[in-house]
Amino acid sequence: MAIEGADLIKAAAFIGAGISMGLGAIGPGVGEGMVAAKACEAIGKNPQEAGLLTRTMLVGQAVSESTGIYSLVVALLLLFVV
Amino acid sequence: MGLGAIGAAIGEGYTAAQANLAVSRNPKISGDIFKNMLVGQAVAESASIFALVIAILLLFLDAPGATPLKAAALFGSGLSMGFGAIGSGIGSGFPGGQCCLGISRQPAIGSRLTTNMLIGSAVCQTPAIFSMVVALMLIFMDFSNSPLFPTWAALIGAGMSTGLAAIGSGYGGGLAAGVSCDGIARNPESVANVTTTMLVGQAVAQTPSIFGLLVSFILLFKTFPESQALSASMALLAAGLCTGLGGIGPGIGNGMAAEGAVKWVARNTSRSGDLMRTMLVGQAVSQSTAIYAMVISLVLIFVL
Repeated sequence: MAIEGADLIKAAAFIGAGISMGLGAIGPGVGEGMVAAKACEAIGKNPQEAGLLTRTMLVGQAVSESTGIYSLVVALLLLFVV
Repeated sequence: MGLGAIGAAIGEGYTAAQANLAVSRNPKISGDIFKNMLVGQAVAESASIFALVIAILLLFLDAPGATPLKAAALFGSGLSMGFGAIGSGIGSGFPGGQCCLGISRQPAIGSRLTTNMLIGSAVCQTPAIFSMVVALMLIFMDFSNSPLFPTWAALIGAGMSTGLAAIGSGYGGGLAAGVSCDGIARNPESVANVTTTMLVGQAVAQTPSIFGLLVSFILLFKTFPESQALSASMALLAAGLCTGLGGIGPGIGNGMAAEGAVKWVARNTSRSGDLMRTMLVGQAVSQSTAIYAMVISLVLIFVL
């Protein structure tokens, strides 16, 4: 089969998008899990502060999420713009 | 098979190490601990036995009319089972080990600990079972009516999707199960709350591997129009890779969240409602990246 330039670029962009989002999801997934585990620990130790701790957990997770969103943006760019 | 053996070896090694520690703490009941270690290891072993079965099938099955497409299906099958067995093997080792330690601490509730260990490690095995289902479908389904391009990529992608996604879920489920055995040994009254929290946490930790299974099924059952373009094949391969890799992190992360919650439910049972809520919120956020990965996969399959 003959591979043309435009086809090759598209193929590479698709694989790149898959790897970008796939690998990019590992870090935030693990990191946010750690945050949640520590939040549970803290609530177990100090249940009065459950509201404050949940808020802190969510803010921390949102920051950790950002790299996942960067991966998503890069993947979407590769899929639809390139 | 090679990949599949990694997980079981690590998991069983962990179980044996904790069993030694347990015997040294309480040598009088070394028989009970030894028995429990073997039961725990047997469960951890099952993931690698699945891999062995698939490897033997792949070796000795005569594939009638060996086509390049069938070769791709068999390769995908090996990938699915090999990767899929890693997480479950390691994960099942944690409850086995913690259960041995727990028995040395509280010999009186040994049978309750063993029951909890078996429930927890059975859930850890589900991702390996998903992988085996996909592997068997890839081996035995008839693809002879499908065009070689781009179906070959869909089949390899189907194997990678379930196989890779199973790593995280198996490992994460094991984290939750391990700490639940520890918790019950510390505070036997908390057993009902601990087991419930563990099961809910594990169920959420399984979802990335269910996403992987879903994408695999789409790749297996959808018929793709023949296309010589490289990009059509690569889109399907990337779809499998994306959900597969994307499932690893959230699977482990959800397991960690469940681990934290289960640990503290055992220590502070009166707060199990708060802890369960926090765990679920935390897991939902951690899950989001797996959902992004699945969205990208679905776009790759259906839109492009």
